[in-house]
Order: sequence, then C-alpha cells, then structure tokens
Amino acid sequence: MSLTFRLADATLIARPSGALFWPDQGVLCVSDLHLGKSERMARRAGTLLPPYETRETLARLEAEVEATGARRVICLGDSFDDAASLDGLEEGDRLWLTRMIAGRDWIWIAGNHDAGPLEIAGSHRAEVHLAGLVFRHIAQTGAQGEVSGHYHPKARLAGKVWRCFLADRQRLILPAFGTYTGGLWSHDPALSGLMQPDALAILAGGAVARAIPMPR
Amino acid sequence: MKTLPPALSHWFAAKGWTLHPHQWDMLARAGDPATLLIAPTGGGKTLAGFLPTLAELAEAPPKGLHTLYISPLKALAADIRRNLRTPIEGANLPIRVEDRTGDTSYTQRRRQRADPPHILLTTPESLALLLSYEDAPRVFAGLQRVVLDEIHALAESKRGDQLTLLIARLQRLAPGLRRVGLSATVEDPPALARFLAPDAGILLADPGPAPDISMLETEAPPPWSGGGGRYAIPAILEQVKRHRTTLIFHNTRAQAELFFHDLWLNNTEDLPIGIHHGSLSREQRERVEAAMVAGSLRAIVCTGSLDLGIDWGDVDLVIQVGAPKNVKRLVQRIGRANHRYNAPSKALLLPANRFEVVECKAALDAVREHTLDGEPRGPGPRDVLCQHILLTACAGPFEADALYAEVITAGPYAALTRAQFDAALDFVATGGYALRAYDRWQRLKQTGSQWHLRDPRAAAVIRQNLGTIIDIETLKVRLKNRAGGIPLGEVEESFAATLTPGDTFLIGGQVVRYESLREMTVEVTNQPGRDPKVAVFNGTKFATSTLLTHRILDIFAQSRWPDLPAHTAEWLSLQREVSRLPDADTLLCESFPHDGREHLVIYGFAGRNAQQTLGLLLTKAMEEAGLAPLGFVATDYATLIWGIDAVTDAAPLFDLQALQDGLETWLAGNAVMKRTFRASAIIAGLIERSHQGRRKSGRQATFSSDILYDTLRKYDPDHLLLQITREEAMRGLIDFARVEEMLARVAGRIETRRLPRVTPLAAPLFLEPGRIPVQGAGRERLAEDAARRLMEAAGLA
Repeated sequence: MSLTFRLADATLIARPSGALFWPDQGVLCVSDLHLGKSERMARRAGTLLPPYETRETLARLEAEVEATGARRVICLGDSFDDAASLDGLEEGDRLWLTRMIAGRDWIWIAGNHDAGPLEIAGSHRAEVHLAGLVFRHIAQTGAQGEVSGHYHPKARLAGKVWRCFLADRQRLILPAFGTYTGGLWSHDPALSGLMQPDALAILAGGAVARAIPMPR
Repeated sequence: MKTLPPALSHWFAAKGWTLHPHQWDMLARAGDPATLLIAPTGGGKTLAGFLPTLAELAEAPPKGLHTLYISPLKALAADIRRNLRTPIEGANLPIRVEDRTGDTSYTQRRRQRADPPHILLTTPESLALLLSYEDAPRVFAGLQRVVLDEIHALAESKRGDQLTLLIARLQRLAPGLRRVGLSATVEDPPALARFLAPDAGILLADPGPAPDISMLETEAPPPWSGGGGRYAIPAILEQVKRHRTTLIFHNTRAQAELFFHDLWLNNTEDLPIGIHHGSLSREQRERVEAAMVAGSLRAIVCTGSLDLGIDWGDVDLVIQVGAPKNVKRLVQRIGRANHRYNAPSKALLLPANRFEVVECKAALDAVREHTLDGEPRGPGPRDVLCQHILLTACAGPFEADALYAEVITAGPYAALTRAQFDAALDFVATGGYALRAYDRWQRLKQTGSQWHLRDPRAAAVIRQNLGTIIDIETLKVRLKNRAGGIPLGEVEESFAATLTPGDTFLIGGQVVRYESLREMTVEVTNQPGRDPKVAVFNGTKFATSTLLTHRILDIFAQSRWPDLPAHTAEWLSLQREVSRLPDADTLLCESFPHDGREHLVIYGFAGRNAQQTLGLLLTKAMEEAGLAPLGFVATDYATLIWGIDAVTDAAPLFDLQALQDGLETWLAGNAVMKRTFRASAIIAGLIERSHQGRRKSGRQATFSSDILYDTLRKYDPDHLLLQITREEAMRGLIDFARVEEMLARVAGRIETRRLPRVTPLAAPLFLEPGRIPVQGAGRERLAEDAARRLMEAAGLA
C-alpha cells in the first residue's frame, strides 16, 4: 500500500518498493540503482559477490514501471556503480534494460558514481525541472521542491532497519533502489542537518509504506 | 634423550625442583613424531612441552627457528615467555624466546621473519599470517618442534580446524617436524590425538587426587525458575570469607553482572571482590587480572573468560553458579582451584533453580564416576578450507594436486573428497556461481598447472581478513564526562539498538543510564541505586549435554531420592503422583488448561537449542492443523506451547518428514541462518570484516550481508556458501540433530497425558523468560502499531 503526500504543489506517491510516482505527470522516479555493483567490486577489490543483483534490481524496476504505467522514468543518479559498469553488464541484462527504456521518456540524471557520459539510450541530464519540482542527485541547501537521492537514508522501527524516504516541506530524499546498497541513518548529521525539524521518514521495504517522524 | 643437559639439571637441583614423571616421559619421547600429553591443571604441562626443546638447545643452538608454541590466548603467549625466561636465564642457556601476536609491533614482526628466534610463541591467527608470506619456506625450513597448548579448547572451534591445516603446511615445509599437544582432561583422548596428527601417541599424566566437590546447600530452597543464583548470596559470601580466593563462575555475562551487583549490595564487610568477563573493556579486565595475581582479591565473579590458561594467583575454591550444562567444562573449571600438583581441587555447585538441583546432582555423579561428555565435531568446515586456499595463494603459486594431498593430512579434513576440495577451489577462484560472471576478474588464475592470484595486490586485503574468529558487532560504552569518558566495556549493537535515552542497564557491576549514541560509542551516566532495565549481552547459551540429560532421566527413574534435598524429592514425588516422570524410552507430553488457555508441554530433554527448534516447528504444524498456537517457550528439557485449542494427541505432530519440510521453509528467512551465513562468508573470503575506521566514513557504501543471503537463496540456492551455512546452523544453534536423536530414541512412543491442571514439573516453565510469540503477519502489525503511536505522539495523526 502506497502513501500519498504533497511536495510544493505536487501530489506524490511513495511506493513500498522505494520508488516515487507522480500521477499527474506520469513520472516514476527511482534513485541509486548502482547497477553493476558486483562486477565493479570484482574489478576493483577482488571480491566475488553473487552476480545477481543487476537482474534483481531490473526485475523490481520493471515491476514498478508496469504497476504504475509510467510514461516517463527519472533515474536520480548513481544508476551505474561506475562509468565502466555499463560495459560490464551481462548482454541479457543490457537488452532487458534497453527494452524497458524503449517507448518511454527515460532520463538518466548524473550522480557521483556515474558522472561521465553513458552509452545507453535515454536522455542524460545534470538535473531536471518539471512542473515546479527539481530532480537532482544531491540535495542543495536552500532548494525548494527538490527531489534527490545520494544518501540512501535508512531508519529503525520495531527492531528492524528500513530504507526510507525523507520528506519535509522543501525537499524529498529517496531511498536507494539498488539491491546491493546500504544506508545512512536518518540521524546522521549529514541528513538531520538537511531536513526540517518536522520532517517525516516514510519507510519502504515492507508491504506498506508508512510514515513516522524522522528519527534524529 | 632421557637426561637433562648438565646446565639445566644443576639449575633444577639448585632450585630444589624435581621433575614429575610425565615430564621425564616427555623427554624420553622427544624423538616421537607426535605426542598428546593429557595432564591436570597445575601439572607442569607447559614445562613438559618445552623440556625437549630446552634440552636440544642447551648447548650451541644453531641459528633459526627451532620450536613454535601456539596458544589460544595472546595473554598466555606473553605469560609463557616470562615463565620460560626463569629456567633459561637461571641455567644461562643461549636460547632466544620471543612472542608474536596481534599486539606485536610492525618492526618487531618484520625482524622476526628476517631473523627468527629459537622459540617463537604465537597464536593460530599470527601463524596464519606468517604462513601467508612468500618467505614462509625459508622461515620454517629448520623448524624442529611445534607445541600446541590448550589443544582441547582449540579443537572445539574453527580456530582449531584452521590450525590443523597450518600444521599440515608446516610439516611440508619442515618434514622432520615433531608435534606435541598439551591438553586438560578430555572425554575421548584418541579423537584429540587424531586431531593433533594421524599417528600421535598419547601420554596420560597422573590425574591427581579426586576433586572435593559438592552441592552448596542453602537455608532457603532454590527458586522455581530463573538463573543467576542470587538467592544464595549470603551462603556464597560466607564461603568467600572462609577461603583465600574464590572464583565464582557463571554461564552468561548477563547473569554474572546481575549477580555481582547484588553481591555488592550484600557485601557489608567490603570484601575485595572483582568481576571479569569478555564484555568488559581491556583496561578493566587487566586491572582485575593484576589484582588477582597480586592476591589482593578475595573473589572474582567470572564467565568462560577465565576458563583457560594463566595461573591466576592462589585460588582455593571454585563455585559454579547454575547447572554446568556440560561435565567436561565443569571438570576443567574445577581444575582452576588449587594450581598445585597433587592437591585436591575444591568446588561447590549452586543450582540456580529447583530443576537444576537434579541437573547438579547428575553432574556431580558424572564427575565422581569420571564420565565426560562431548559431541564429536564432525568434518572440518569448508569455509575454513576456502580461507586456507586464499592464504596459500598469498604465499605464492600452488598446484591443486599438491594442496589437496596436504590438506587431507590434517585430521578434520582426512575425509574431504577431491570433489569437495575442487568446489572450494572453484569458489575461491571464480565465486563458484551458477552464472559464470567473473571470467575477467577471477580471483585466482591458472597458468599451466599453477594457481595464482590474478592481482597480487589482493594479498594485502586477504591477510587483513585471515582468522576464523568473527566478532559480533559491538559498541563501546563510555561514562560521559568532560575528559572524554571512562571506558566501561562493550555491548552488542543489537542490544544498544533497543535502548532509548533514560534506560538503565548493568555493566561492570554498576547501573548506568543510556544518554546517547555518538560515533559508535554508547554514552552513559552513573545512576546508582536504580533498578537496571536488564543486562543483555547475549552471553553464549550452552545447551545441556546429551550425557547430562540421560543422567537426569536416570535420576527420574529412581523409586526414591534419598540423596536429593527434601524439597526437590517431594517435588518429583508429587509429579509422579499427578502425572508421571519423563523417561528415556517415551516422549512424554502433557496437555492441560491454565488461565484461560490450553497448554502442551513436550519433555524432549534435547537441550535448549533443539527444544526451541522443536517449538518453532511444532507451532507451525499446529497452525496448519488449525490448533491456533499463540506462543511457546523452551528450556533445556522441555518446550511449553500455549494456544486456544487443546491438543489431546500430540503424536501426529511429530512426523519427522513433515518436521524436516517445515524446517526447510522456516530456515529460508531465519535470522540464525543469516548470522551463520555472515560468519561463513567472512571466513571464506566472500565479504570483508568491517573495520571500525571504515565504518565511520561512507557507511552508505557498505550493505548488509543479509541482502547477499537473500539474493543467493533466490538465484543460486545450491551455492557452496549456502550449503556451508546450512551445515553450520544444523549442528549449531538450530541443533536439529538432537531433535532427530530424540525422535529416534523414543521410536514413535509418544504419550499425551490430558490433565486437569498444571503439573509440578511443568510449573517452572510458566516462569521462564524468553517467551516467543507465534506471528504470521506479526512484524508488519508491530510496525503498524509502533508507527501509529509515534505519529500520535508527534501530533501528526
């Protein structure tokens, strides 16, 4: 069950998957997919993690695209774990991604992991302004109606750790959508300094997206 | 060699020392390829192990490493170095002795590799590191002897499995190497000898006089349930007064903390009493240890952290609080009293509750009859083998055939098949995934018949991750003040996560108030005189051994109990009158209503872990049968299940096949499995240990190993690491083997007694902590309620 809330003048839906849907614009927004993470770890650190996270992430993303019928998809940066990750994708995974992109307005926003130009279909942007909202990878102080990612926020409730959206009247920070991603506690100074005192954490990962006062 | 070199024998004579018979025997057997010495505590085991070395090196020793000594404790290595110095300096022998542990400085360690001492004292982990360097063949080429101290303790863990692989390597580098194992009393000496070497001889020292051991009788009978033995504090203080130094052993750290706190409330004479356990800060432990050696403490409340090794001053009484759960450990603990050869050790057992009276009696009988327990350990774990292959690759290129031939000379790996070995090698090289993803980035590459690291720089990371000890994530606890705070100890991260500011808990015997969490440190303030919330450190929970449970059932079978305290004998008689006592041939189940709910008790006597597993599986079966179970609680001897409907015949619930199927599904999402997976994944080299420094920065970059577990289960369910995880969990926390053993023992004889009310034997179960609710969508509902309350409190709902 999703949770509907407002940012600036937009009505937005936080989905239990950690994706954001904007019905008025037909926009689905996900952040920090980190596709190709296991390949990059193997290349850089020599550890050989189970190489299944890209297909797992793509499967969840495809389910969201189909469930929402989104016309436009915005990936909020760090979509690929680094510039070389795209080359390292399995052929099948790459084709799967290309099929998903086809027939939709697909926007890749640059993140700190994937700042360079990417050889993949879709438009590539530093940020996107749309009907009063701005989409970028890293939150900027003083921004209004801003949707960003980067921090992978997480919070604890009822003895369990949840990925979460952080929302106040100015901004929204999305949880990481990628399978192999950790999190930063909402009470970390980097996050509690950014969010207003009355900010909410919307917990994803369960059957229901539910809001609590942001733990700080 | 049967004689001591003149320098040594003169010095012994001057000191008035004479050797024990087993010390002479060790000298006589100096040339044997492998010898296991089993001797009681205080029997001069360590000197016996070193005498051949001292004798061989007494005159004009050649340069280079002669003897390697390995102990499970860093502190023991340092202690032995000091003790060896006495005869070496006294007899003026030209022998260089050094220790090498994680605490040894970088320059010292480098120098030791370039110019090794004659005798090097170290730990399994430091030996692993030494063997991971390219120069290992040169360093160990001349090695003559290896001495494994406290080998009985090492043999019970993965550290021991790893050590046998390392010794196999040493043997190849130094073919003339002779092995010596030093052990306390164990149940199965031949098994331990096989662990040491395929052909090890056994030398049994005189076990010394039988211990003086009895149950501590108190005026008030023990309570019906619970642990900790706090009811007996006056009696224990009385014993402390009558002895020089008393060790008071507890089974868990939390119980030790609670007991210590209450002990001080009653310690009107201000007897100097300290506390020692693994969660205390190093500074605190060292202070207590120093005070013990100096003889300035009258008693020490402690846990397994004092089970091993070092001779801590003049202990003349050991008190074991709570049933010992395991006879072998009890005997070894008793040995801590009176570290003098041929003096009986004195020990008292204190049952913490009524049932433990029977358990203590069973343990006393076992000690008197010299029967010890112990479960065979099973084959060497394969995650340790994976790490060993990585270590081998760090030291240089290797051939698979040669490595396999070497590995199967290590006791625990003697039955390892070539296919199992190849699967481990494939995991290390490629990840071993069904999806062959890492052709370009393989960890190991094969050139000709030689395997080697693809990227030699990876060796540094591999070395940082060597070892089989997996730390539970802990946070430091500091007393908040202006000077940065006094360290008090550590608590598990999961415990810290349950605290909210204002909560009180016990640590180091003081009640503290949780203030905040700052940079991986729990900040607390002093809160004397308040009741603690609770001290939960998840101290190791030991299940009662099979031997002890069988002895308990034997006691139940007696017609009368003249040697049990009257209160306990009456309790058992009453149980026999209203129902019956459990026995070894039948599985007794009692079914009765109580307090508006129906209850079912299963007296399986399978140990706490297995009874808990049984509770989970039976409630699942009951749910499917529409019997609406609501929860259960498990102890070492029984599982109590409550629910809405009465179970009149429990037998159909015990279908082994159905239980096994239930186990499979249940395991899928189980936290125990995830924890086991994490440990094996670290040991096998799939994930790196988290280092404190790295955790501080960029924490969003690291993710939980639970995600890897879930992903593997979904996409690669037959992966080697999942096989390993399953094996580990089945013989560890889940202990399904004992459920199977119990069902085989009763062979279908399952008796359900329908009774009008709670029975005497079942009554204590109602007071047990650790009740587990059965929940379907429970977690979501809990979160829903918690979220609603938070929003309401914030005025947002």
